[in-house]
Amino acid sequence: MKRVLASLSLTLACAAVSQSEAVTLTFACDSVGQGYNECKKGADAWAKQTGNTVRLIQVPKETDQRLALYQQQLGARSADVDVYMIDVVWPGLIGQHLLDLKKYIPAADINRHFPAIVQNNTINGKLVGMPFFTDAGVLYYRTDLLKKYGYSAPPKTWNELATMAQKIQAGERKTNPRFVGFVFQGKNYEGLTCDALEWIASFGGGTIVDSSGKVTINNPKAVQALQAIQGLVGTVAPQAVTTYGEEEARNVWQAGNAAFMRNWPYAYAAGQQEGSAVRGKIGVAALPAGPGGKPAATLGGWQLAVNAYSKNPKEAASLVQYLTGVQEQKRRAVEASYNPTIASLYKDKDVLKAVPFFGSLYDVFTNAVARPATVTGSKYNQVSDAFSTAVYNVLTKKSAPGPAMKTLEAQLNRIKGRGW
Amino acid sequence: MTTPLPSQPRAASPRAGRGLQAGRTRVALLLLVPMLLVLAAVAGYPLLRTIYLSFTEYNILTDPAPKWIGLGNYWFTTEDGVGLGVLQIPEWWQSVWNTVKFTVGSVLLETVLGLAFALMINSKIRGRGLLRTAILVPWAIPTVVSAQMWNWMYNDSFGIISDWGQRLGFLEAGQSFLSNPDTALAALIAVDVWKTTPFMALLLLAGLQTIPSDMYEAADVDGASKWTQFWRLTLPLLTPALLVALIFRTLDALRVFDMPYIVKGNAPETITMSIYARQELILNSQFGFGSAISVLIFLIIMVFTAIYVTSLRVKFD
Repeated sequence: MKRVLASLSLTLACAAVSQSEAVTLTFACDSVGQGYNECKKGADAWAKQTGNTVRLIQVPKETDQRLALYQQQLGARSADVDVYMIDVVWPGLIGQHLLDLKKYIPAADINRHFPAIVQNNTINGKLVGMPFFTDAGVLYYRTDLLKKYGYSAPPKTWNELATMAQKIQAGERKTNPRFVGFVFQGKNYEGLTCDALEWIASFGGGTIVDSSGKVTINNPKAVQALQAIQGLVGTVAPQAVTTYGEEEARNVWQAGNAAFMRNWPYAYAAGQQEGSAVRGKIGVAALPAGPGGKPAATLGGWQLAVNAYSKNPKEAASLVQYLTGVQEQKRRAVEASYNPTIASLYKDKDVLKAVPFFGSLYDVFTNAVARPATVTGSKYNQVSDAFSTAVYNVLTKKSAPGPAMKTLEAQLNRIKGRGW
Repeated sequence: MTTPLPSQPRAASPRAGRGLQAGRTRVALLLLVPMLLVLAAVAGYPLLRTIYLSFTEYNILTDPAPKWIGLGNYWFTTEDGVGLGVLQIPEWWQSVWNTVKFTVGSVLLETVLGLAFALMINSKIRGRGLLRTAILVPWAIPTVVSAQMWNWMYNDSFGIISDWGQRLGFLEAGQSFLSNPDTALAALIAVDVWKTTPFMALLLLAGLQTIPSDMYEAADVDGASKWTQFWRLTLPLLTPALLVALIFRTLDALRVFDMPYIVKGNAPETITMSIYARQELILNSQFGFGSAISVLIFLIIMVFTAIYVTSLRVKFD
């Protein structure tokens, strides 16, 4: 027994020694689309450069489920994961468990990124995440089908989208009974919050809670927006859209079974891959607007953050610095259409050649509408959950838009309590 | 342990016998202590801690420590007349109602089907062994896997069930049984029935095998039909096993989380009590409020158990 213990402590000692030279980092990155592989490529490149090892772990597909998992790990002050990829709405929720990256990454590197995102990731003066890629909802359309049915441009308003989708769906159904006009994220989760915010903001109905913290959701324009979208479900959007997340919508689209899709930019590169039924037929435009409103895209995007309890903060910050740097962001933009967070890359020839809409939709990406995460702070999740549930009930026709928004207003005020 | 007890010497005085008895009791208690400690640590402490937390306000992300608020998580009305307690929240009652519907529907169907299966594999038919093994396959598949499998089968664009439904005219293109809020709960009950009927059949089969076969021979001699035999012999003798199986399944169904969550997430028409508790406790990190929900679930399950045990006079021994 003694000998076993001795040899065990010797191995542990060796491990400890070797650890001070080359470390193994655990990285919780992405799993949507090509996310895992792209993270792996980047992390491996850094590992090769520095002689360290990165262990990439599998993470849940949907953002809510990732958050639930990470909140538990961080709440328990676990050091198991060194680097987390965090959603743009999380800094206010989990910021106090994350390392201040200003101490590790030079200001010049930080200032290269879009200031609005850096601002979003700064909580009480602490930079808790480096911008990794940004996201904004866009409208995907089938260039071949638009041409076939006599349209020269993608729809500018939700009404136009409904008319076009109706016509294309009616025509295509003759040969493909599975064909649908429009797919989006209608399942009751964070994705629906993003989609519904776009509809409401594009009608001029505000952003659920305004920047002063006042609950603004119960207004005629928001109700009007939800009425319009409710009318799409079951006519041009399949009724089952209320069971779709990003990947379910993309599956329908990529199989060639939809004329329009609302999704994030990652779906572009995924759809252009070999074996995709829509390869070379994908158009990307700004989302439609409501009457008198202007197009709105919800600000998404992901940051890289270092666990405050990590045993290797220096190496972890170095990995973050590498992955968010110009070179890696360019590679990810070209190979997988992830939006850079560095302005100069939107003028880069290689990037624009691979993803032409990065140039034409630059304004959409820089003017995206933020979810009310900053103002609602640690209660954001409750707000988002109440909002998406209310919208879900409208989409499934369990409640009418007007009463639903009235109930939601009361519910949000209840969550707000004495203040956010 | 099959060591025979040493027989007490007859001549021993009553007092000495009592001393021996007391000594044995002491030893028995001593031997039980480790078990009781373990139970207290793994079952008692979490339960008491949950009950304590349910009387506090505690957001693990922002609050440094739980703050005592008494019954505030259960019932609290603000000055503006807004109800904040869980008992005043419609979402909670919706989840209770969903769970009860799910429980009644699935347990009822599982019992009837399970009994049919048990009778079938208890009869002397060829390939009985194979049948018994085959019937257990759904039960042996991990719930996560079978739930995802059914999720895909229900999928509106490539799922086989939606395909059948659309061909038979129950569904239109782009519809599935899961996407229609009126049929979603029934669709989930179907998955649970598929998965858990084998378990029910197994429990009932064990009960059937304790019924002596000579009773049936006597009934045959007396000229009782198979139908009469079932109602007059099989069912009464099976009752104890049936009740234990019912309790098992009811308690399980009341706590159901994994399958509905994987298939429907937290969609309001299918949210169960456990999914609601998880949403408040884990996702919204409200440990106090979430604990109050957990305590209510505990109480509801206790009431069901009490009803079963008292009204049906189940004997566990």
